[in-house]
Amino acid sequence: MHTSIVVIGLIGFATIGYTIGRARAIMTVGGIVKDLHSIPSYYGYYTAIWIGVPSLVMLVIWLIVQPHVIDEVVMSDLPVSITQNLSTSEYSLLLNNIHNTANGSIFSRRNDPNIIAAAKQVNSLRQISFMLMASTVFCVGVSGLIFARNRISPVMRARNIVEKIINFILIISSLIAILTTLGIVVSLMFESVIFFTKIPLHEFLFGLNWSPQIAIHAEQVGASGAFGAVPLFAGTLLITFIAMLVAVPIGLMSAIYMAEYAKPRFRAFAKPMLEVLAGIPTVVYGFFAATTVAPAFRIAVQESVGLNTSSESALAAGVVMGIMIIPFVSSLSDDVIKAVPHSLRDGSYGLGATKSETIRLVVMPAALPGIVGALLLAVSRAIGETMIVVMAAGLTSNLTFNPFEAVTTVTVQIVTLLAGDQEFDSAKTLSAFALGMILFLITFALNLLALRVVRKYREHYE
Amino acid sequence: MVERYKMINIAMQAANNNLALKLSSSKQSAKRFTKIESRDVNVYYGNKHALKHVNLSVYKNEVTALIGPSGCGKSTFLRCLNRMNDVIDICKVTGKITLDDYDIYNSSLDVVQLRARVGMVFQKPNPFPKSIYDNIAYGPRIHGIAYGKAELDEIVQNCLDRAGLWKEVSDRLEQPGTNLSGGQQQRLCIARAIAVNPEVILMDEPCSALDPIATARIEELIEELRENFTIIIVTHSMQQAARVSQRTAFFHLGELLEVGDTKTIFTNPINSCTQGYITGRFG
Repeated sequence: MHTSIVVIGLIGFATIGYTIGRARAIMTVGGIVKDLHSIPSYYGYYTAIWIGVPSLVMLVIWLIVQPHVIDEVVMSDLPVSITQNLSTSEYSLLLNNIHNTANGSIFSRRNDPNIIAAAKQVNSLRQISFMLMASTVFCVGVSGLIFARNRISPVMRARNIVEKIINFILIISSLIAILTTLGIVVSLMFESVIFFTKIPLHEFLFGLNWSPQIAIHAEQVGASGAFGAVPLFAGTLLITFIAMLVAVPIGLMSAIYMAEYAKPRFRAFAKPMLEVLAGIPTVVYGFFAATTVAPAFRIAVQESVGLNTSSESALAAGVVMGIMIIPFVSSLSDDVIKAVPHSLRDGSYGLGATKSETIRLVVMPAALPGIVGALLLAVSRAIGETMIVVMAAGLTSNLTFNPFEAVTTVTVQIVTLLAGDQEFDSAKTLSAFALGMILFLITFALNLLALRVVRKYREHYE
Repeated sequence: MVERYKMINIAMQAANNNLALKLSSSKQSAKRFTKIESRDVNVYYGNKHALKHVNLSVYKNEVTALIGPSGCGKSTFLRCLNRMNDVIDICKVTGKITLDDYDIYNSSLDVVQLRARVGMVFQKPNPFPKSIYDNIAYGPRIHGIAYGKAELDEIVQNCLDRAGLWKEVSDRLEQPGTNLSGGQQQRLCIARAIAVNPEVILMDEPCSALDPIATARIEELIEELRENFTIIIVTHSMQQAARVSQRTAFFHLGELLEVGDTKTIFTNPINSCTQGYITGRFG
């Protein structure tokens, strides 16, 4: 909370720097602005950047380094009797105690005078560090201001420099997005590797039995632990397949209607309506599936076919998921169909083709690559969907392709593995990361494929 | 079916020969067969009166050029002749247009069949993103002109040959039509249009996207096609109109100002506006 004051101060300082730089630039040419290389505000931005960026970098570095330095100082000041012979985890426990005491939150070993003393020291060090940081950052800002102010001259190309800096800021922003993705993948990978040291890869990939219960006590029964992921991927596949079976025909046909047949007034009304479907939270779809669709299917199947079905079924989850995906398919396909050049339709009409012949023989083949891309995106959406399946398809793993039975999917298992309190060194918890890793690889491959197809399609017309 | 196709061709050629004989025997005073006749045609786009009281006769086996400044309604008129304006919702056509004395705006007329009889070639070459072969075979397939591969092959070869494209593409019929050069694409589109055996071919600035060499090639082709088809061409190029057409119609601000033999129009126009346009003083 102290840091935010420094940041606000910096912003204020940079704003002042803007005015100073601007005024300085105007002054160097004696008020004749057209003698300047760039318009005065660029000199202002230039100064503000020289104030803001270096001091901000300084601030970030300080914030990263400061806790480590404080910890080191405090720990070394503690009596040797406490700190010696500590394991890594005990050491971090002790540090946590000190931090908690310093922050005034609940802690154990309340009465240990050493810890109270250390906590007080932490607090005072933090105070000192803050003052030091504020002054250092301010000094950096002032030197930036002086440096920039001295460099301002009529021939300086402030406009070009600002342009470069903007370019740089944009690069940093996109790097952050990329690095975050990388970080997530790497952390997934590390946990999966630990998992695969406990459970062999082939058992995970090809095992037919999923029962992730690890015995905590030796005498516990029914908790041998089996980590064959095949039933989960089979369940995911089954539900995705059912979902696509629903979404592809309905989505595509509504897209064709919207793009080719619908009157503009109807389209203006119907397209947003369809897109509302995409805006419904998946939880809502989930209880719709669990409370309405699944029981209805069960009754219908029992009465018509005479099969006994559970109230949770792959069919219910798949159908509702399919409905959820319809707007995806129809909206993307609609755009793709609309993008087919009008000249192609004219060419076909000009040869005496009817509307449906034109759509079937010319428009759809031309739009096909884009539609395939849209469908692949929809598939990865379906594979990653969780809430509907949790509610409507069940939690028990079941290697079956009977859509009337309850199955479970990869995402559902990840949820059940990580929900609640879990120990993070057991194979049970770690398997969630392995599942996530494989799932990521699958959706990643699908997205890559979709992008490639879409790109190929673009080359076709441009 | 292919028999029928051949017979039609032979019959048409015979008819043309007759016509040619008649033409040559009676020279300028030869009787012209009216193929298309428009009487008091008006077109409205919403509130815009785009075409006003157009009366125009188009004669068989002649090339009629429609000229005039941009936005004068010549393309609109062209698109009335095969009812391509139907696909535009706000477009309304009044008046009477006959093809062989039959009203094409009659409600009992099958638009799809009309367009098979009155083919169209567009300003920008628009081959389908299919193979060269499938581009030509498209029309015959949807109209059931050919049964079986052999007949279709023959039609494809015949049409490509008539469009002067066979020699250039005979070894790569399976390649996408979009891979051809602009001029080749336009000839492919012409071949595609004649594959359905139309009687009339409408051309909407067919050369405006092409270089001079490809343009010359298309103009030659138009001259050859005139033997078998009636051609109406919209063009922005005075030279082109003078080179390829027998009759020229000048449109201005939605009105047909002057129509007559190309020679007369270009050498001795009656209307001062026409004269201004063809001599390049405006437009």
